[in-house]
Amino acid sequence: MAGLNIHIILTLPFAALLILYITAVIVSSQRQKPWPLYRTAFWILGIFLSIMAVAGPLAAKAHHDFPAHMLGHLLLGMLGPLLMVLGAPITLLFRTLNVRTARRISQLLKSSLIRFLTDPTVAAILNVGGLWVLYTTHLFMVMQQSPLLHIIVHLHVFLAGYLFTVSMIQIDPAPHRTSFAYRAIVLVVALAGHGILAKYIFACPPNGVPAAKAELGGMMMYYGGDAVDLFLIIIFCHQWYKAAKPRAIVQSQKTNEC
Amino acid sequence: MNSDKEMNSMSTISNRNLWSGLLFGIGFVAFIDEAVFHQLLHWHHFYDKSTTNIGLVSDGFFHAFSWFATVWALFMVADLRRRKAWQPTKWTGGGLLGAGGFQLYDGTVQHKLMGLHQIRYNVEILPYDLAWNIIGFIMVLIGIKLVVRKHSPSS
Repeated sequence: MAGLNIHIILTLPFAALLILYITAVIVSSQRQKPWPLYRTAFWILGIFLSIMAVAGPLAAKAHHDFPAHMLGHLLLGMLGPLLMVLGAPITLLFRTLNVRTARRISQLLKSSLIRFLTDPTVAAILNVGGLWVLYTTHLFMVMQQSPLLHIIVHLHVFLAGYLFTVSMIQIDPAPHRTSFAYRAIVLVVALAGHGILAKYIFACPPNGVPAAKAELGGMMMYYGGDAVDLFLIIIFCHQWYKAAKPRAIVQSQKTNEC
Repeated sequence: MNSDKEMNSMSTISNRNLWSGLLFGIGFVAFIDEAVFHQLLHWHHFYDKSTTNIGLVSDGFFHAFSWFATVWALFMVADLRRRKAWQPTKWTGGGLLGAGGFQLYDGTVQHKLMGLHQIRYNVEILPYDLAWNIIGFIMVLIGIKLVVRKHSPSS
């Protein structure tokens, strides 16, 4: 029964986020032009994949099967957050709320705490560093026995994945914008840290994980991480491409539009 | 009419072509390594018991860097093309230089010095190592030749 409770507790925040998002889409689209359908689709898919990692058959299997756990990690910590960032929730929030509340939230986003948490280096350490702690210490085994730790670790994996994604690509308004070069370096280092950990898991299984399962899980982490990060890299480079647009082209396009 | 100061000089354009080619070359050869030698032929191993820690770290960084470099290099080509500043010869030279350079680094430092993994297992390895590194060396030579060649004004 305890397992069931963990799954319900971890599902609740995602269910709440889904309801809030859909409500905001309906409310704001009545007053303004319709909210892009593809953003809503990204959000729903991101929520769905994240929930798959914390509840249902995959999550149940993940308790005793390392490759299933690793698939869950890829969904909850990488693909889910990426899709949800593409859902542009803050932009949606701003166009739904009245000006006064929106301004208050904008102030909050400008705070030094958010600046600290969305700094690429900090976000990368929380994200990849957290995984190193999870898989190279006793934490992974202890987590299986403690429902509270299980919840904390899973929420951390998701939140760190989301922070890392927003620190790299800018879909929502970002008051603390960092340079492309800085982000590119951190992105490569974080990707390397993820890949090295995957091969380390392959070679030195986490406590309580049989070697064959660790080998499969490590390879899934390596190639699955590459696949998700490829999308992140393409979006990142496309944003660079748009930002590096030569002024002559920008001007000619403006005159065309007028 | 080009108002962008940074792209005005010919040397900047030339350098960008070279860098974009280099990055793509490194990324492409790393991709071939992964796709052909790891996945299709199964000659290379994901992890080999003799791998040193430094080998693991070196491989991780090169893999991550090449993954990023491939994509970024192609966006750089798109950027050069919209500025009408793409130089295919210089770019190809940079590409061969990057590909050959990485091949040599992989074949000497990573395979031999760090013992990351061998090109193939249960065979006499010397011919494989020689072929691997000589091909890398030839790519570097052709790359240098293309890069230093005077750029023809027609293109």
